[in-house]
Amino acid sequence: MALEQNGYITREELASFNQIISEERFKKGPVAIIECIQQIPCNPCESACVRKAIRIGEPITSLPVLNEDRCTGCGVCIARCPGLAIFVIDKTFSDAEATVAFPYEYTPLPQKDETVDAVDRTGRVVCKGKVMKVLNPESFDRTPVVTLAIPTEYADEVRSMKRRRDR
Amino acid sequence: MCMRIKDHIILGPERAANMVWITVDGKELMAKEGEPVLASLLAENIIVNRYTVKRKEPRGLFCGIGQCTDCAMIVDGKPNVRTCITPVRQGMVIKTQHGVGEGGGKNGE
Amino acid sequence: MVNKEIVVVGAGPAGLAAAIEAAKAGGEVLVADLNILPGGQLFKQIHKFFGSSAHRSGTRGIEIGRQLLAEAEKYGVEIWLNSAVIGLYDDRVVSIEKGLNSGEKELINIKAEKIILATGASENVVRFKGWTLPGVMGAGAAQTMINVNRVKPGNKVVMLGSGNVGLIVSYQLMQAGCDVVALVEAAPNIGGYGVHASKIRRAGVPVYTRHTIIEAKGTDRVKEVIIAELDDSWQPIAGTEKVLEADVVTLAAGLKPISDLARLHDLEMVYNGVFGGWVPKHDENMESTQSGIYVAGDTTGVEEANTALEEGRLAGIAAAESLGYIAEKDAKERKDDTWKRLDGLRMGPFGEKRMYAKNEILACFPARS
Repeated sequence: MALEQNGYITREELASFNQIISEERFKKGPVAIIECIQQIPCNPCESACVRKAIRIGEPITSLPVLNEDRCTGCGVCIARCPGLAIFVIDKTFSDAEATVAFPYEYTPLPQKDETVDAVDRTGRVVCKGKVMKVLNPESFDRTPVVTLAIPTEYADEVRSMKRRRDR
Repeated sequence: MCMRIKDHIILGPERAANMVWITVDGKELMAKEGEPVLASLLAENIIVNRYTVKRKEPRGLFCGIGQCTDCAMIVDGKPNVRTCITPVRQGMVIKTQHGVGEGGGKNGE
Repeated sequence: MVNKEIVVVGAGPAGLAAAIEAAKAGGEVLVADLNILPGGQLFKQIHKFFGSSAHRSGTRGIEIGRQLLAEAEKYGVEIWLNSAVIGLYDDRVVSIEKGLNSGEKELINIKAEKIILATGASENVVRFKGWTLPGVMGAGAAQTMINVNRVKPGNKVVMLGSGNVGLIVSYQLMQAGCDVVALVEAAPNIGGYGVHASKIRRAGVPVYTRHTIIEAKGTDRVKEVIIAELDDSWQPIAGTEKVLEADVVTLAAGLKPISDLARLHDLEMVYNGVFGGWVPKHDENMESTQSGIYVAGDTTGVEEANTALEEGRLAGIAAAESLGYIAEKDAKERKDDTWKRLDGLRMGPFGEKRMYAKNEILACFPARS
């Protein structure tokens, strides 16, 4: 697997584990993207979702399965995943832009409306992103979630932002 | 250069501590009471704790949990003190250890 | 000589869990630990743990540590810190070099009815030219400095080893404000979980698989690190050397059980490669080949905090049961539940080899005379 060799998941791998969201679903609004393809003993995402859109079951090493129709893209699961492997994408944000929400556990946190470098799964800067939201409520237990607006064509690539060093 | 971590996304801002004075190789330093001596030195970017007996090579933090003895120094006149598990106290006198240290054995300097 | 019912050696997850179970049942428990702070390695685990949401998964290790300490206090567990156990003698006499407030140490001998050894593990070493230079350290040592003592050991780090420790500590070094300039791994594949690797890749850390460190250079501390690619027989390929500017090298090459006390006291040992080395033989009660001496956690085989906790529980319940604090039927139920949770943690492609290894250790336990 590419993940084991390089440390990041490719779209081919996600597809082979059925973890690609259909374009029809994307048209309906925000949805969770779960990038979790190794059987590890872990299941907090399952209980994180009040709509029961994520299913793991027994044994707890089973891979999570997302029910696209039940998921509303609320994003509560993002901060609950110990592997920081869940994202929320909204391709209906505007005509030319999508939003990507991701966990970001570094200081300093970005500020709303700031422009930052959006990076892909390998840390490569692919485009600029505008910070729409930075959520860090107590229930997230110190896993802040940042939402960036980016050009829609990069929505399947952008998974974080460049770590800032101005501390 | 201060190596202390002022702000941390998980651990929060640095907590206030009781600061005390210690002496390291004749120089006075501020340190947090109760932290490992080794941490006070690292905070000031001091990383050599001792020099070996035969080849006089530098040694510093290696295991950090009291297992390896690489961070041994002379603390209040006592040689071979593992600084990673020794809490800082006001007025401590700390010296870089050469070899087995003064009073540390027949090969001591 | 002082008398105590149960003496636990080590205040990490296994030792604390054992102490809590035994004290909850009514036992008088003393825990001795050579560190300044209790919690073992838990207080450096600032990430959210995997596991079943039924028992505290998704909770950060530091919080689990706090919960354990609160429980230990609630049930009246006595904890001596800065206190090394330096010997075990016949009839379960424990020698402790107790740390006093004055900074001095006092040697105290304790006659215990039950002893639980939960001494944990220590990091393996990798040798290369310059490996003794200040700045080269265990990944766990760096983790202790940043997460417990809140000081950075340097600014630019080369991490050697891509198991979960290497991946997690790389991430935490960046959270502390350091840069990780390379993650170096001799094997063709990353050893730890993909999700941990993905976090540091997103943060831009270059990963060099099939590479190793040739030399750390510098006079009184590391200044440069030379890495090179490895061929199929793990030998460096000439001409592939790269020079990296770095002031810290962290070694994450696995851990080995700390079993000095067990060996000193002639507990029967067995070698197990999966578990990192020599471990004391034990039965399903975590009792060793010497009656009344129990073992738990990484000292019985390197795993992780969750398994250490559960093994500690087993030892604590069993010790309390043998002192008459828990009825046999009740104890059996609790131990069965604990074993079920342990089995759950030892599943899947990453966990099942530990399940087999544990079964081998249980199977080689000799009949107790």
